[in-house]
Parts: sequence; structure tokens; C-alpha cells
Amino acid sequence: MAKLKEVKLKISAVTKTRQITKAMNMVAASKLRGAQTSMENFRPYARKFAEVLGSLAEKAGSNTNPLLIPHEDVKKIHVVLCTSDRGLCGGFNTNLIETAEKFIKNRTSENTSISFTVFGKKGRDWCRSEKLNIENAHIGIMGTKINFNVASTTGRKLVDAYLGNVYDEVHIVYAEFKGMAKQLPQIKQLLPIPPVAAAEALAEEQGQHYIAEHICEPSPEVLLGNLLPRNVYIQIFSALLETSTSEHAARMMAMDNATKACNDMIGELKLAYNKVRQASITSELMDIVGGAEALKG
Amino acid sequence: MAGNIRLEIVTPEKEVVNEDVQMVVAPGELGDFGVLIGHTSFMTSLRIGTLHYTDAKGQTRYVFVSAGFAEALPEKITVLAESAERRKDIDLSRAQSALERAQKRLDEKREDLDFVRAKAALERAMHRIKLAGTR
Repeated sequence: MAKLKEVKLKISAVTKTRQITKAMNMVAASKLRGAQTSMENFRPYARKFAEVLGSLAEKAGSNTNPLLIPHEDVKKIHVVLCTSDRGLCGGFNTNLIETAEKFIKNRTSENTSISFTVFGKKGRDWCRSEKLNIENAHIGIMGTKINFNVASTTGRKLVDAYLGNVYDEVHIVYAEFKGMAKQLPQIKQLLPIPPVAAAEALAEEQGQHYIAEHICEPSPEVLLGNLLPRNVYIQIFSALLETSTSEHAARMMAMDNATKACNDMIGELKLAYNKVRQASITSELMDIVGGAEALKG
Repeated sequence: MAGNIRLEIVTPEKEVVNEDVQMVVAPGELGDFGVLIGHTSFMTSLRIGTLHYTDAKGQTRYVFVSAGFAEALPEKITVLAESAERRKDIDLSRAQSALERAQKRLDEKREDLDFVRAKAALERAMHRIKLAGTR
């Protein structure tokens, strides 16, 4: 009964796989909760910051800060790519990388060069295999509890480089968390700070009848100069949080699907197993009955 | 006094303080300032240092803040800081090792030393240690 044994082995193998996918699903679920809490904790800060920034930008005028002024000749583009460290999360990383790929295809020409800051192993591996210029790679951050320091350190480097004309434009690729089943890869311009961001903050603020008349110390211009780099850090931090949350959600979905597939497979295999077993019992019975008949003579 | 003013201290990672207090004294960029209820609208960036406030029961509380700014409105004062900790939450051993690290970096005087950053780190650690020492 070689066939019987084979099927049995296969059943136990699939059952073990199901155990693993189930466990991974639960781990992802609990990490997702943590990531979502971080996102919620961050929201009040981000909201208030946008408010204050909006009112200051209005006061100080929009073209007073070098971070707001685009460079005339865009030659050096920098991309911050957020991906996950680990796989087994469906099309999550592929989607992100595709977005980045499309972007650089559109923007590459003879006199532009593109460099990368990567978060996550998957993005780094992709950049390496495509022989892209990686200036900074951060591994071991994604998927854990993200510290604001990470965002501010990265942000400071980018801002300094932008001011020092090392980069002419900085973009960030991340996965926006739309909900459990939906994570959208997004691309956003970090530097120069797009005027839309300031306008959005303004609109939000007008909705809340925000009092914009402040006494400012030091002057509004100096304060704005203080806040703008921080706005970049905040954008990065928020992108990291979103990507991290999305990663866990994507993994949860992927593992859920895998568990379901395992269930289906076990069902089918059990059916096959029972059929084979039944067939063997029948044939044994036949033998016995046949033997008895023969003895009767 | 007319009453209490709402104090909110928020960092990107969490909300540190959200309560009604009698008075707030914060380390402004151009000097410390005190805020009571009915304060005129005022905005300033903050130095690395200690903010203290008198809570509704008259107790003085201390909070370490760095890389922040404050917005005072008649009813409410909001402090946004990259890091903020109540005095009791300061991790002394972490601050001490940060101090040593920063000191070492400044002493080494390497070519690629980011002086501003190292100095800020040193300052943060020193303020944390000083504040923790008073608890």
C-alpha cells in the first residue's frame, strides 16, 4: 500500500505548513495592531504641525525659504524607497518596486542621475540586482517599532544634501495603508517642498477657524525655516509608519489565503486518502470472501 | 486667578501630557516664558531643556523637551517636540551612555564629525541627567 503511505505523508506535510501560515498570520495581526497604534499616536502631532506650518507659511510668504524653491535644472534625483525586510507578504514589495521602476524610467534621461536611500532588504536587493546607486540602506527597521530618530536622521541628511546641491529633487516611494485589504503604493515629492502641502494645511485650518494671528518669537521667517526641515522628517516618518503597517496587513492577508489554500488541499487529500483506503479494504474483503468460497469447494 | 489652562505636549510617538494646569513655564528660544490662562496668541521655538508646570492641585511637574516649539492660545498651550519625557520617565542610564558617546565623538575630532548634531546630543543628555538628578 505505497499509495496510502504517500498520501498520508503529504497530508502531514500540508498540515505542518498550515500551522506555520496560521502562526504567521497571528504574528502579523498582533504586529499590525502595534503599527496601527503608532500611526494613531502620530496623528495628533502631524495634524497640529500641519496647522502651525500652514499659518506660518501664509505669514512668512512662500518663497522665502530655499527648501521651497525648486532647483532650475533637475539633474540629480534622489529616491527614498520603503519596502519590507521580509517576504511572504504577497505582491507588497513587487508593487512598491514597480512604482519605483516606473518612476525612474520616466525620469531617466541622458543627463539625469538617480540615487537611492532604501529602507528594507527587499528594496536593497532589487537596487543591487539592477545596479542602481544606493547611497544609504537601512535594514532591520521596517516591521519593528519605528523610532522618530530614524526619520529625522535620514531627513536631515536629505535636507543638507538638497541645500548643498547634491540633489535637485527628492521623492519617496511608500505604501499607503488604505485598509486591511488595500495597500496602495504611492510616490510623493519630499524636496523641494511642494506648495500643495502648504495649501492643504491652509484649507484644513480654515475649516477649523484657526486663529492665525500670533506673536512670533523669533520672526515668522526664522520659525518657518525651523519647521520646514522638520516637515520633511514628518513626511518620512509617516511614510515609514504607513509602509510598516501596510506590510503587516499584506502579510496577514497573504497568510490568511495560504491557510485557506492549505485547508482546501487537506480536504482534497483526505478524500483521496479515504478512497484509497476504502479500495484496499474492499480488495482485502474480496480476497477473504474468495478464499472462503474456495474452501467450501 | 481665572482658572486653568489646558496643556498638551505631543511627540511623534505619543502624547506625553494632556491636562488642565495652573501655569506653564517653558524654555523659549529667546528666553523662558510663563503662560497663564488668557495668554495672547504666541508662538516660539523651544531650546533643549526643561519645561515645568503647576498642575491643577498645585504640584510642580517637570518635563524634558527637545527640538520643539510651543503655541500658546488664550485657552490652551500646545507643545510639539521631537522628544519629551516627564521627569519620572527619564531613562538615566540611557542618557548617561548617550553623554559618553557624544563626548567621545566630540573628543575624537574626526573629519566627518557632524558637530551640530554631536553637540545637540551632548546637550540633550546633559539636560536629561540634570533633570533626573532632581527627582
